[in-house]
Amino acid sequence: MQRFSLLSLLKNSLSGHTDWKPFWRDAAPKQKYDAIIIGGGGHGLATAYYLAKNHGITNVAVLEKGWIGGGNTGRNTTIIRSNYLWNESGALYEHALKLWEGLNDDLNINLMFSQRGVINLAHNQADVRESIRRVEANRLNGIDGEWLTPGQVKEFCPIIDISRTARHPVLGATLQRRAGTARHDTVAWGYARAADSLGVDIIQKCEVTGILRENGRVTGVRTTRGTIMADKVGVVAAGHTSVVAAMADIRLPLQSHPLQALVSEPIKPIHPCVVMSNAVHVYLSQSDKGELVIGAGIDTFNSYSQRGSFHVIEHQMAALIELFPIFSRVRMLRTWGGIVDVCPDASPIVSKTPVKGLFLNCGWGTGGFKATPGSGWVFAHTIATGEPHPLNAAFSLDRFTSGALIDEHGAAAVAH
Amino acid sequence: MLRISCPWCGEREEIEFSYGGQAHVAYPKDPHAVSDDDWAQYLFMRDNPKGLFLERWVHAHGCRRWFNMARHTVTHEISAVYKPGEPPPAGGK
Repeated sequence: MQRFSLLSLLKNSLSGHTDWKPFWRDAAPKQKYDAIIIGGGGHGLATAYYLAKNHGITNVAVLEKGWIGGGNTGRNTTIIRSNYLWNESGALYEHALKLWEGLNDDLNINLMFSQRGVINLAHNQADVRESIRRVEANRLNGIDGEWLTPGQVKEFCPIIDISRTARHPVLGATLQRRAGTARHDTVAWGYARAADSLGVDIIQKCEVTGILRENGRVTGVRTTRGTIMADKVGVVAAGHTSVVAAMADIRLPLQSHPLQALVSEPIKPIHPCVVMSNAVHVYLSQSDKGELVIGAGIDTFNSYSQRGSFHVIEHQMAALIELFPIFSRVRMLRTWGGIVDVCPDASPIVSKTPVKGLFLNCGWGTGGFKATPGSGWVFAHTIATGEPHPLNAAFSLDRFTSGALIDEHGAAAVAH
Repeated sequence: MLRISCPWCGEREEIEFSYGGQAHVAYPKDPHAVSDDDWAQYLFMRDNPKGLFLERWVHAHGCRRWFNMARHTVTHEISAVYKPGEPPPAGGK
């Protein structure tokens, strides 16, 4: 891997930046691998990277039907936080946040990770009680969290309207100072580059069309670029997980929905943090380029279309303008949608399956980006050892039979 | 936004309706005789096809009655709307 440093930057600037090498090889599929990862998003690439780095399994293929960075990894609103309510989720997301804090060095790439703080607004008494409960739960789990009064919210984010006559009055907010944002597609590129340097084959334009099994064991996959054999297959296909799992006759509790986001024209730095509001579906940050990055809610119906309905955006923008009257004349530049796989308890599934050697990492719903490093870490462990890591043991597929659900609808922060 | 034809009220905008998920998921005949696995199937497991889907909707801001619909989950084309108790169109999943 061509490492980035001040020296390499200077050297390459002298040659007009024409000597930089591609981040990863354009690999063609081999006939057999030790492990196949279906899905070349952030989670899949992180899984491949940690399989190689933590477990020494380097004969790995990542199969991506589109191109790296073209799916949900490049379509989200880049928010990173770990302020989830329950012990299981708190531990998993906090593990991810700790990995984020060292990831620039680990991947030798600038992820533009910015711990600018995330606030979650409370607009009514129920929100207030629930938010304070969550702050206390976080602190008991060693996760930083604070409760802010309306005045403190105004201090932390001066452009927000906290007047008592506001349509959505701000009664306070939770703050996680270590939370923030990162440059999303660099996360995919960084993991792809690091995994490739350890020997992982990243195979794009390769869609899986079948899962091969023998006596209840997985033996490989059929793809648009031929049959590829492997004794271990990890499915990390986000919104398309149900489609892939159906190839192995596995029925899942997932429903796929479009989730939309939009950006404004670039403006001067005005918004210093990330603001989220569960009740009115606003989440807002400002990119380093100056665009306001805004998330909307999901369309209620099932869809694989990668586009959402306009009325969802309209509803969301109405609430945004109430909270931030200063943005009433800002023009929006682009909107887009991604397909998210939503679980009934708004928690992921990182699990073994009834098919031996076949593993699932899905159900991250509207909030998978923040978990990327942690998700890859525990899924690599699950694939390498055949058993879940202590951090993902509770996120098994069995929980829908045992009833041990992990209800994170409150902390998921996007209406499902 | 979808334009949905309520079988009782006619065509209306989607915002008048609420979504009810997969259609034709029958309540177990004898709930006491159902295993944990079967409960999980009934409560949580759902088809999630990329293609034609039979789903329930309710005209929440209209007649407030439930009905079923066949819709394509990629094109969003609505190929059939039918009342509860009526059989689904052929080819649905």
